[in-house]
Amino acid sequence: MHETFAQWPYVIAAYALGLGATLALVLTSWLAMRRAEKRRDEARKL
Amino acid sequence: MHGFANPARFLRLARPATPWVLGLGLLIAGAALGWGLWFAPADSLQGDTVRIVYLHVPTAWLGMMGWGAIATASFAEIVWRHPLATIAARAVAVPGAVFTAVCLATGSLWGRPAWGAWWVWDGRLTSMLVLLFLYFGYMALAAASEEQGQGQGRVAAIFGLVGAVNIPVIHYSVIWWNSLHQPPSITMGSSAMAAEFLVPLLASTLGFTLIFAGVVLMRMRTILASAQAEARLRRKAEGAA
Repeated sequence: MHETFAQWPYVIAAYALGLGATLALVLTSWLAMRRAEKRRDEARKL
Repeated sequence: MHGFANPARFLRLARPATPWVLGLGLLIAGAALGWGLWFAPADSLQGDTVRIVYLHVPTAWLGMMGWGAIATASFAEIVWRHPLATIAARAVAVPGAVFTAVCLATGSLWGRPAWGAWWVWDGRLTSMLVLLFLYFGYMALAAASEEQGQGQGRVAAIFGLVGAVNIPVIHYSVIWWNSLHQPPSITMGSSAMAAEFLVPLLASTLGFTLIFAGVVLMRMRTILASAQAEARLRRKAEGAA
């Protein structure tokens, strides 16, 4: 079965996709939290 | 338990916990994936494609666990009307959908060299795809309820509870129906996997679970901060009028 396919491109694609999606999720969540908490702190100062 | 449902008390715990949970998760998941990619052996039948399992299984677990969390929070929202339960359910939806999508994509990338097909309409794959659509439906309902104000959130909560029917369907799909997907390799108290595959898989699952928890904490803090800013600005505007 696996002799007929080059396997590493599939493994690399899976890791790139999985890690990319996870890091993008972490980064966007962190930026959204920073923005929302900054906006709340600014609203408190008004 | 009800004491922790207080938003102020939650924030006191969540602020210091977020960087620790997230940092530990990134560290453990990174180490486990590096282990799986470079140090774990290739499988005698699957070859190197077995390495995809270190991503595929944790994301499948998180996709299902995420909906379990939505259903639990929805139950608390309906029965006890805890505002924090509503926020928790909303915060889980996006990471749950992302990990379900990653599970489907990595499964497809494994299926092509292993089965010779990117996709088959078998019970496990189809029920996971249904789970992704359930997440989309929940996010749309939650967004609509926010636009329409309080009270409409119960529709999303009922959807969250009803959608939980799909979780046992996903779990038992490989037992109930004739499936290309293999039956569960890990069950309570036993494993069909050799330790050299099992240990990095468990480490990766722990790491991704912590990342998931960290993301949910950040998203809950985002929703709470936005609500607090809105309330403050509204009070200010009403005071000026």
